[in-house]
Amino acid sequence: MSTTVIIPTPAKAPARPLLPRLLPYLLSLPALIVCIGILVPFFTAAWYSLQRYNLAMPLNREFVWFGQYLDMLTDPDFWATVRVSAVYAASTVGLELLLGLGIALLLRERTRFNNIVSVALLLPLMTAPAIASLMWKLMTNPNFGVLSWLVALFGVHDFRWASAPSSAMFTVVLVDIWVYTPFMMVLLLAGLRSLPQQPFEAARLDGVAGHFVFFRITLPMLAPYIVTATLFRMLDSMQQFDIVYAMTQGGPGDSLMLFQVRAYLDFFQYTNVGTSAALMIVLWALTYALSNVFIKQWLKLRERTHGAA
Amino acid sequence: MHEKAQDLATAFLAGRIGRRELARRLAGLGLALGSAETLLNAAATRALAADFDWKKHQGTQIKVLLNKHPYADALIADLANFETLTGMEVTYDIFPEDVYFDKVTAALSSHATQYDVFMTGAYQTWQYGPAGWLVDFNEYLKDPTKTAATYNWDDILPNLRASTAWSGKPGAELGGPGAHQWAVPWGFELNNLSYNQTIFDKLKLSPPRNMEELMAVAAKITKDAGGPYGIGVRGSRSWATIHPGFLSAYSNYGQRDFTMANGRLRAAMNTPESKAFHKLWVQMIQESGPKNWATYTWYQVGTDLGAGASGMIYDADILGYFMNGGDNRERGHLAYAPFAANPAAKGPTSNVWIWSLAMSNFSRQKDAGWTFIQWASGTDHLFYGARKSDVVNPVRNSVWQDAEFKERIAKSYPGYLNQYEKTAPDAKIYFTPQPLFFNLTTEWAASLQRMVAREVSVDEGLDKLADSVNRQLHQAGIG
Repeated sequence: MSTTVIIPTPAKAPARPLLPRLLPYLLSLPALIVCIGILVPFFTAAWYSLQRYNLAMPLNREFVWFGQYLDMLTDPDFWATVRVSAVYAASTVGLELLLGLGIALLLRERTRFNNIVSVALLLPLMTAPAIASLMWKLMTNPNFGVLSWLVALFGVHDFRWASAPSSAMFTVVLVDIWVYTPFMMVLLLAGLRSLPQQPFEAARLDGVAGHFVFFRITLPMLAPYIVTATLFRMLDSMQQFDIVYAMTQGGPGDSLMLFQVRAYLDFFQYTNVGTSAALMIVLWALTYALSNVFIKQWLKLRERTHGAA
Repeated sequence: MHEKAQDLATAFLAGRIGRRELARRLAGLGLALGSAETLLNAAATRALAADFDWKKHQGTQIKVLLNKHPYADALIADLANFETLTGMEVTYDIFPEDVYFDKVTAALSSHATQYDVFMTGAYQTWQYGPAGWLVDFNEYLKDPTKTAATYNWDDILPNLRASTAWSGKPGAELGGPGAHQWAVPWGFELNNLSYNQTIFDKLKLSPPRNMEELMAVAAKITKDAGGPYGIGVRGSRSWATIHPGFLSAYSNYGQRDFTMANGRLRAAMNTPESKAFHKLWVQMIQESGPKNWATYTWYQVGTDLGAGASGMIYDADILGYFMNGGDNRERGHLAYAPFAANPAAKGPTSNVWIWSLAMSNFSRQKDAGWTFIQWASGTDHLFYGARKSDVVNPVRNSVWQDAEFKERIAKSYPGYLNQYEKTAPDAKIYFTPQPLFFNLTTEWAASLQRMVAREVSVDEGLDKLADSVNRQLHQAGIG
């Protein structure tokens, strides 16, 4: 008797339709395109920064590795740019933080008046910085500017505002504060209004002094918002261009020659692609390092705040 | 009646009858002179078409990049005539001057084919030309199949033709041997004095004739005019601060920006004579200039004069021209005078700004582009611009000789023609052409700002400037 063994053939798995198989790739495609869109110009700039490359002198183009970066380190103009950019960023961010926090505290209660004022205070933020600069240029005109007239009432005559090296930084910082303080204010106000109320109610019941509540409860709980707002403004201030260029084109002398202003002039007016790209890469490195510091702080603070909660 | 009117217009353009005769005969046909403008333009178009195949590129569309300027406005107003003449279509983008040259640089450096023709200054061609972005017009000008016999290139003022041509060799003479005609002059600016006649009359002042008188008159205005300051000059941190009055006066003392030795450029801003001139200029601004001089571009200089905030300006003559009209408070109160800073000089040495037309090397229809350029810089359009629009100053000698144009200017702009006639013979670009023009000249302006702000002395400032300039020239391999 013979037996027949039937070996079952494995059932062929039904083919999955094409679309579900491609879907993960399709979903990540926009991110890939954006990534390429960012990385291609970045690496192109990095490539140019390694070359002596002036468009007006195409025959002199040469690859110099890090020669331009080394030249920068010994160039006093570069260090002046680092110093001016740091002073500008520290002054604007510091003052805007203080003012923004102060205004946010004043507007913390949800009243009709506070709501109207907080919306009105956002108006400067809706003005293009270059337009704001032109407005301030008129207001600070020593001949007919309303601000020149106002300071003259206080005995300060012939104040030269942005046209004197000694007061140029003060003037552009003032414009920056006018434009961007509302940004700080709105972020911090949102933070303040979202804080849990229990600690404040407990402090009130215990009769805790106002300054103690501010320094020991409000500020620590608000810290992640402060760090976030400061990070945004710091990055923006380091890369400032429009206000300064519209008001002084980086002058008088080199007194306001910020990174972006120098890089812009290098490329668009002097057609010096190599030095412009090198400056932008240095600026990127600085802002990247700063961002890292801030983000680490922010993560620590968030952890602490959540832990405390 | 229409044919008769056309014949009259043709006869007028051919010079067979004069303007008065044309007006009389048109009146006989029941037409006003003003309404005959269309006839004249149409007749001019027919006359142009007679000697050259203007229809060769019929149906072609070209794109032009324009800076917002009265010259561009005149061009746009007359475009229909070009399109009728050639059957071509012209589209254009127009940008304000603040961003205009950024747009040009971006378009050319990216080798974009978008624009065929664009407005430029002569200095810009020192970058664009050597970079390979511009068409050399020499080949077109010499080719009778591409350039109409009536174009008359020699009619364009010789200094302007030379100033828009350069070999690309740093320090080589403009218009010298081997020069490429990178651009075609279209309109230009002389740098002279424009002053407020009312203020001058009130203070019993005469237009200053040299630097010493200029400083004295400016100081007198600042002291006694009851508000206006004495002299408006540019002061922003830009090469444009150096090129108008400053370089015109500087050149009048025989001073140069660079010297050339053994094929190498060397800064010449710190010679004793240059330092002496800088001291005068700085003193003049400190004593009688605008308080916020360091932010002054041509715009503030001009509007202050038009608003009666300054007594005079040493800047582009056309700036004074435009401030004498429109809605300006001092409209009709301005006058013009030639100016030679150096009492020992034989006449003014005005450095010129030349609005020119250039063609992108990346254009795909260069012949059509050239057709447009030769029309725009040709006699007929420039006559139209000078007579009916605000193309002051025209680049063609024949237009300057035109009675109608001269009559219009003489009537409303006292002294304007005189300043032109006295200045034109030696008006040209006094800068040394070299590829680092914009950075080195901007640095010169920044140094001037430091001197005016008393951050450095003139001697120290110019020595530092010369050192920095020489270092950069050396790094670039041209010094």
